[in-house]
Amino acid sequence: MRNEAIVRKFLVNTCLISIMLTGAARAELTIEITEGIKRRPIAVVPFGFEGAAGMPLNVAEVISSDLTRSGRFAPIAEDDMLQKPTSGLEMDFDDWSILGVEAVVVGRVTQTGENAYSVQFQLFDVFGRDQLVGYRMPASRGTLRRVAHRAADMIYEKLTGIKGVFDTKVAYVTAEQRANGRLYSLMVSDQDGENEHKIMESNDPIMSPAWSPDSRRLAYVSFEGHRSSIFIQTLRSGNRIQVSSKPGINGAPAFSPDGRELVLTLGGLDGNLDIHVLDINKRETRRLTTHRSIDTEGSWSPDGRYIYFTSDRSGGPQIYRVSAAGGTPERVTFEGSYNARPRLSPDGEKLAMVHLDRGNYRIAVMDIKRKDLLVLSAGSQDESPSFAPNSDILIYATRPGRNGVLESVTADGLIRQRLASGQSDVREPVWSPFQRF
Amino acid sequence: MSQYKLLVVSLFLVTLAACASQDIPDPDPMDTTYGSEDGANTDSMDGSGLGDGEFVDYDPDAGELTNTIYFDFDSYELRPDDAEIVARHGRQLAENSRLNVRLEGHADERGSREYNIGLGERRAQAVRRVMLIQGASASQIATVSFGEERPAAFGSNEDAWAQNRRVEVKYTN
Repeated sequence: MRNEAIVRKFLVNTCLISIMLTGAARAELTIEITEGIKRRPIAVVPFGFEGAAGMPLNVAEVISSDLTRSGRFAPIAEDDMLQKPTSGLEMDFDDWSILGVEAVVVGRVTQTGENAYSVQFQLFDVFGRDQLVGYRMPASRGTLRRVAHRAADMIYEKLTGIKGVFDTKVAYVTAEQRANGRLYSLMVSDQDGENEHKIMESNDPIMSPAWSPDSRRLAYVSFEGHRSSIFIQTLRSGNRIQVSSKPGINGAPAFSPDGRELVLTLGGLDGNLDIHVLDINKRETRRLTTHRSIDTEGSWSPDGRYIYFTSDRSGGPQIYRVSAAGGTPERVTFEGSYNARPRLSPDGEKLAMVHLDRGNYRIAVMDIKRKDLLVLSAGSQDESPSFAPNSDILIYATRPGRNGVLESVTADGLIRQRLASGQSDVREPVWSPFQRF
Repeated sequence: MSQYKLLVVSLFLVTLAACASQDIPDPDPMDTTYGSEDGANTDSMDGSGLGDGEFVDYDPDAGELTNTIYFDFDSYELRPDDAEIVARHGRQLAENSRLNVRLEGHADERGSREYNIGLGERRAQAVRRVMLIQGASASQIATVSFGEERPAAFGSNEDAWAQNRRVEVKYTN
């Protein structure tokens, strides 16, 4: 497991490292590690290939990129390798200990059919001269990238004790200025920016995407027709249903942990924003709050017992929670004059929020038990924090210039990176749950 | 009579502006003027002699009537000067039941997006309440909040933020 004290000792402040990764789906994805820890030297040896044509995907490169982007590892260059084994039988540990490498990943891809492959990888501990994990997975050309991310997840978990989130997705909203106005798009990509897909586009704003627990559907707010309504769209088919279009505001949807209910904000004709829960199948709503203040941005605790929400009932926005069964809300945040948009970590231990920190809107996490608040981001307009399913990393939007960009940060604040992409204004990132394979 | 005609003409113009703005999602940051610019009902003065003159009434509704109401930071209270402008819109609605408005509430870009939807809605509701008090019917008024999603001015500075904290009164027929 991770030793916090040692990690902190190696903290390197504001080391700016730009790594250019080239990919098929996008010209380039720039990742700046804006804050980081000392990175562990490892080696990811190019994979062997047995088959008819060439290897359809450089699996080792995907794994290496994943581990590099985590901010915790520094894979050595291929040119520096003294040997390039493709299985454990060819491993010479001395060749790696000379290089000061802690761990070595080797593997091979074998074509087993016209569109069928077998991916095998092994992870070795150089110091202990032993295999830490070895695995073989079937793949097709279409799933090869996900298989590579899964291998990286297993390697990452073995080396850090933290579950990997390389085989996950991120949904976000972009806005582009066009000649005839603005174009809003709801996008989904792999967490490394590859495989970007447009889910929906509109000349009217799109807001507040939220993943279903099975990561097959997205709920979102659309302003089509000059009014807000909430849709649930199935990603694979593109089919969508309108689940809430009541008079006034329909906003801030979030799925319950069992996927059956949606917490949302309804304003009604008189604009009294309150937290409601919608049974998706029955289309029945029940009201959880009745205060005349702004109550919005509801989100569930992972055990489904509570709904955390933003309310300005005390004057400025603060975070409250109410039993999902109803009852009297209790105030959760007391530090600072502005705390909004609560999101619980999937392990239930941390609460992320937008926190006004000496004039800057920043991402902060509060330890649910200890109640102490840790500011994680360094911008002036940071918003929309969303936990990765391993509870260890958050993604959020920041606005360094005119356009919003995405950043991620570890929940301890030690590793922060920026994910820059394209020319559009990117906002409201939401990290998917773990994907079913 | 002349005032009514002016009102109809200017309403027509406002409606055109509203229609045009539907094609262009970003609203024009300029205020749309509403009503006559040259003093509404004094133009019927007939200065041709002592015989057939008309009395000129004091009319609090004369003069420019703006369609954009601005708000202070994190506030949904109407500024005192604006309350009178909103009241005049309300009286127009009360006097002409065929008129309908959509109140579009907005917020500046700072802070959380859905909370800003709340702020925009509260601003639109503050405007709506004054209109209702003036006798407008609830069925004449629709509200929508775009939060920070449709800024009138771009830029991360006090000037842009002040222009974006607003309610736009849009006549929809």
